[in-house]
Amino acid sequence: MAAAARVFIRGAHATLSVPGAGKQSSARSALLKLSPGCSSRLKTQQRHAAHFTFQPEPVTTQYGPTQKMNLFQSITSALDNTLASDPTAVIFGEDVAFGGVFRCTVGLRDKYGKDRVFNTPLCEQGIVGFGIGAAVAGATAIAEIQFADYIFPAFDQIVNEAAKYRYRSGNLFDCGNLTIRAPWGCVGHGSLYHSQSPEAFFAHCPGIKIVIPRGPLEAKGLLLSCIADNNPCLFFEPKILYRAAVEQVPVDSYTIPLSQAEVLQEGSDVTLVAWGTQIHVLKEVANMAQEKLGVSCEVIDLRTILPWDTETICKSVVKTGRLLISHEAPVTGGFAAEISSTVQEECFLNLEAPIARVCGYDTPFPHIFEPFYIPDKWKCFEAIKRMINY
Amino acid sequence: MAAVSGVSRMSGLCFHAARQTAALKALRPMTRRSFRVTAAHQQQPFDSSLEKPQFPGASAEFVDHLEFIQPNVISGIPVYRVMDRQGNIINASEDPQLSKETVLNFYQKMTLLNTMDRILYESQRQGRISFYMTNYGEEGTHIGSAAALESNDLVFGQYREAGVLMYRGFPLDLFMAQCYANADDLGKGRQMPVHYGSKDLNFVTISSPLATQIPQAVGAAYALKRENMNRAVICYFGEGAASEGDAHAGFNFSATLECPLIFFCRNNGYAISTPTNEQYRGDGIAARGPGYGMLSIRVDGNDVFAVYNATKEARRRAVAENQPFLIEAMTYRIGHHSTSDDSSAYRSVDEVNYWDKQDHPISRLRHYMTARDWWSEDDERSWRKQSRKTVMEAFERAERRLKPNPELLFTDVYEEMTPSLDKQRESMFRHIQQYKEHYPVDLYEK
Repeated sequence: MAAAARVFIRGAHATLSVPGAGKQSSARSALLKLSPGCSSRLKTQQRHAAHFTFQPEPVTTQYGPTQKMNLFQSITSALDNTLASDPTAVIFGEDVAFGGVFRCTVGLRDKYGKDRVFNTPLCEQGIVGFGIGAAVAGATAIAEIQFADYIFPAFDQIVNEAAKYRYRSGNLFDCGNLTIRAPWGCVGHGSLYHSQSPEAFFAHCPGIKIVIPRGPLEAKGLLLSCIADNNPCLFFEPKILYRAAVEQVPVDSYTIPLSQAEVLQEGSDVTLVAWGTQIHVLKEVANMAQEKLGVSCEVIDLRTILPWDTETICKSVVKTGRLLISHEAPVTGGFAAEISSTVQEECFLNLEAPIARVCGYDTPFPHIFEPFYIPDKWKCFEAIKRMINY
Repeated sequence: MAAVSGVSRMSGLCFHAARQTAALKALRPMTRRSFRVTAAHQQQPFDSSLEKPQFPGASAEFVDHLEFIQPNVISGIPVYRVMDRQGNIINASEDPQLSKETVLNFYQKMTLLNTMDRILYESQRQGRISFYMTNYGEEGTHIGSAAALESNDLVFGQYREAGVLMYRGFPLDLFMAQCYANADDLGKGRQMPVHYGSKDLNFVTISSPLATQIPQAVGAAYALKRENMNRAVICYFGEGAASEGDAHAGFNFSATLECPLIFFCRNNGYAISTPTNEQYRGDGIAARGPGYGMLSIRVDGNDVFAVYNATKEARRRAVAENQPFLIEAMTYRIGHHSTSDDSSAYRSVDEVNYWDKQDHPISRLRHYMTARDWWSEDDERSWRKQSRKTVMEAFERAERRLKPNPELLFTDVYEEMTPSLDKQRESMFRHIQQYKEHYPVDLYEK
């Protein structure tokens, strides 16, 4: 449905508190008729198409029978498997009981009980602190933060407590049973506080792991690995993919290893690195580069931001000599800076061009300017051109 | 409070009344400890014909005159005590009537702690250890509460609860090892002194950030509740830490999630230099409990029997009824905040002397003991000599011990060693090998 029509519907709701769809639609069309210059799709209110095309993984039978799932369903599936096999597992956070604002926990409370899937008060520092304590006492604690943008009240608990629990106690205590999940990244209209990608803040913190999947198949396997991993993990879920990304996902449990980047397609001229949604942008960029420039790109999904797989990235750059890293988060201090710095240390003499970072600008994430802000395929394409012609 | 879940099924009863009824019913012994997970609050269908408030958020009566509720700080929550300041039992029915052996143990643990504090404080002044925090004046809060718990109850502390660990049997050698950060330290030398921890004694390792342990204690209590093994959690913190957001988070979560734990606030009058009248304006910490729906009490923290009685009853009910309890133990911090503090900068010597001489947990208990002929001057003299000797011996042993292998700088960041940390470790050792004359390698194990 075009954005214009949606705007008008919202207006209708505000002025007419009418129950029943029939009355609504006549009110709606009445409003539309009021404005002569108005068509159902104004140029100024045209919804900008998504900046990427989700590229599903090929079907795999290596983990058993599969089922069509979108991203949020693959998360539900992972949580379902976990609650079924681990009697200590509990899931908690704001609004998880009814199924969650992104439907990731639908059905779990009814299936596994109110003591295992429950709402907490609205307090991120409490959610994470509570999760740490539950993990310390031996439960598998899966905490949900409603949006990654709201994870900051829990920053102290994550960085000063969770990350350091094992180290500071001399391995007497740890909260390795803790996994924190949060929706992450741009969504088209999320603006400052529903679009953030905060991985860089946490990448500076030894002791936690940070994992970001690119689709449902990856998400379930990586989430199950995080839950199984004996270190506290942050699992960021690209919210724009919750419904848009659909794949065949195994019904049973399976794990995908952490701290292993994946080469999605091999190439010889440029290495492209990203994670999450941006992988789908880069895949398209790789095709554009091949078609328009005859440039062969190697696309790598980093998958685990911390601890990150330096070996795979460096091996690729040694081969290609050129590196482009892309993320939505602001460029200054973003994780591309860490990758860039390490690669130039390890592969200095192999580099044919400066390492390119195609990232968000150093501004808060804007609302109406999102199409200009995000590191889209044209910006990445242009960066490749400059690297090739360096 | 199994009675509550039954009552809440009765529609039309306001929750408050239900709780009051339940409180009376709670005295009935629980044959099977209920797993009381409150269902979505059962609300009677909204009925505007009733002149009762129908709001989902609160169910009290209407009132038609404008009146603000006065916070009651003048005659606030009273302070429960069993002994007067001279150690005499006031109300005989409140005397827990502990055995002579138990009471002597209380006394000896408090005084041993005091002796260890004196020696370690001095050792910091002499540059032997880097930092120390004493427990002067608060020994009663530690021993009284620790004695009221089971040994497998989980303890989350702040930093001034060494007596709890001592009561549970943490050896002097390990206290010293942690303060000296030597190779015997269970914490592998990673933290400043007094950041003790013991898995065997169910005492979670201390961390410096204040109040972070409070929501963690709640999560642990929730996990223990699900385990159904009759274990409780106690969470200690000071009145200053209670101002942190984490405290609010912990209180609220513990009540809504119905956790078997005791919040034990040591209100000792100061947060470093900040007196309580700059820390809060309400009636202390105990008055906050009811705001969260929590049973609360204020006790005389320098009365070891009052602390014991309150903690014992709170523990019994917390586990039986799956609800949190808040105990505010009023006491006084006789010592400086730490070795980095000189409290004469912000309080008078007279004030400190009053508490040291006229209201001290150790002397009050001694009077109780001497009144029963359980402790003589000779006993006191010989115990002082013996405790000092054992502390000094542990101290000398700890001093002589090497520090842990510098390899331990790099382990336990994650459960497993990572490739990048491994490389950093190798790089450090190569560097030290090359520049060894600039590093104190001989003080450390190889």
